[in-house]
Amino acid sequence: MKVGVLALQGAYREHAEALDALGAEVVLVRQPQHLAGVDAVVLPGGESTTQDKLLDTSELRAPLTDALRDGLPAFATCAGLILLATEVLDGRADQRPLGLVDVSVRRNGYGRQVMSFEAPLAVRGLDGPFTGVFIRAPRIERAGAVEVLAEHDGVPVLVQSGAITGACFHPELAGDLRLHERFLSQVR
Amino acid sequence: MSERTTGTARVKRGLAEMLRGGVIMDVVTPEQAKIAEDAGATAVMALERVPSDIRRDGGVARMSDPAMVEGIQAAVTIPVMAKCRIGHFAEAQILQALGVDYIDESEVLTPADEAYHVDKWNFTVPFVCGATNLGEALRRIGEGACLIRSKGEAGTGNIVEAVRHLRSILGDVRKLTQADSAELYGWAKELRAPVDLVQEVAERGELPVPLFCAGGIATPADAALVMQLGAQAVFVGSGIFKSEDPAPRAKAIVEATTHYADAEIVMKVSRSLGTPMVGQEIDKLDVKLSERGW
Repeated sequence: MKVGVLALQGAYREHAEALDALGAEVVLVRQPQHLAGVDAVVLPGGESTTQDKLLDTSELRAPLTDALRDGLPAFATCAGLILLATEVLDGRADQRPLGLVDVSVRRNGYGRQVMSFEAPLAVRGLDGPFTGVFIRAPRIERAGAVEVLAEHDGVPVLVQSGAITGACFHPELAGDLRLHERFLSQVR
Repeated sequence: MSERTTGTARVKRGLAEMLRGGVIMDVVTPEQAKIAEDAGATAVMALERVPSDIRRDGGVARMSDPAMVEGIQAAVTIPVMAKCRIGHFAEAQILQALGVDYIDESEVLTPADEAYHVDKWNFTVPFVCGATNLGEALRRIGEGACLIRSKGEAGTGNIVEAVRHLRSILGDVRKLTQADSAELYGWAKELRAPVDLVQEVAERGELPVPLFCAGGIATPADAALVMQLGAQAVFVGSGIFKSEDPAPRAKAIVEATTHYADAEIVMKVSRSLGTPMVGQEIDKLDVKLSERGW
């Protein structure tokens, strides 16, 4: 199984290591041709406004959007979820989310870095808690046509929308491969 | 489940992971901060004078006025960093109270303590510290730094020191991976670094925290050079706002940092950027900022 990890900026390496540990073939995606033949993609955390601009300068916006519309499975974490949301609050005026996951997310909705936190999460389908690492995390303020897989304080933090899994937190930093395993099990 | 824990090592180092592959830009006004964010900076460093001006003006360089930092926090949505003097934990406390996202305990400011750096474990906010070699990097990590930047020589527009420091740190990391378990104790002694951190580096083949590069980056090619040498992101200080045309240069450095290994792209973004900042030769400097800290 070949998994592309969007590597424009951010925590792509941790995702690549997690996927590699689970036996997937990992391709770092920085240009359109890197998407050729991938069975799934991961959109990592990082700075969403930076990634948004680099999607354009790298000419990845259109091919990535088309592939995801055609059902390419995706695991989008933190900034990655912001890129795929239908609405971004407290974003930049020129930020253009792809509108593929029906949620409204507020950037840094949990506060600045001193408010960043870890919390145990009960995830539907997983035995035992999963450590959610929230770093200047986006907060889901409206969840539309998505399945909520985990909440924190009554707010959705892990959602499924068709073949796309979106997380407000960083499973790649948790030292726990279960969510990556779950994602790969849904590919193909 | 409403429990949450703030200020963990994972959360503090995690923000550094999120900045990887990006460019952190020095800014002295809200307007510059906006230009940086527009260009795709992953974070800005709020300070009153860029290093080249600190170098020119002389005198004691201190933490910025909190009102100035607040002005920049209000102007952008990306993380805002700010600098405190080496060892000046009261400045660091103020910056934490301001809610800055990262504190740079920086040799660019005039050191406040000639013996001790800040005990960074006492803080919820994460710290970045400079290092010229592996021992210095590991001492800072031992004190709680969550991100290391190679120091280079700030405010010179000259990349040579950044390259020296990166090569020194990464070269010794490579040597550690070849050492046997007994030799690692000798390395710890030679590096004047905690033995457990030396063992961790030997096992992982890299620092326990991300390694970024600072001090002298002025062109997209400079960014591509240090990224290929093994830096994971870059800090650009005077190099952007002391150049002829900051906005396109900032954007070009962002693209070169992402596509550092693709010479075609770095070539394209390097075209027609105007005059870079005027550089300085290292042996003509009155003060070497990188020699501050130990």
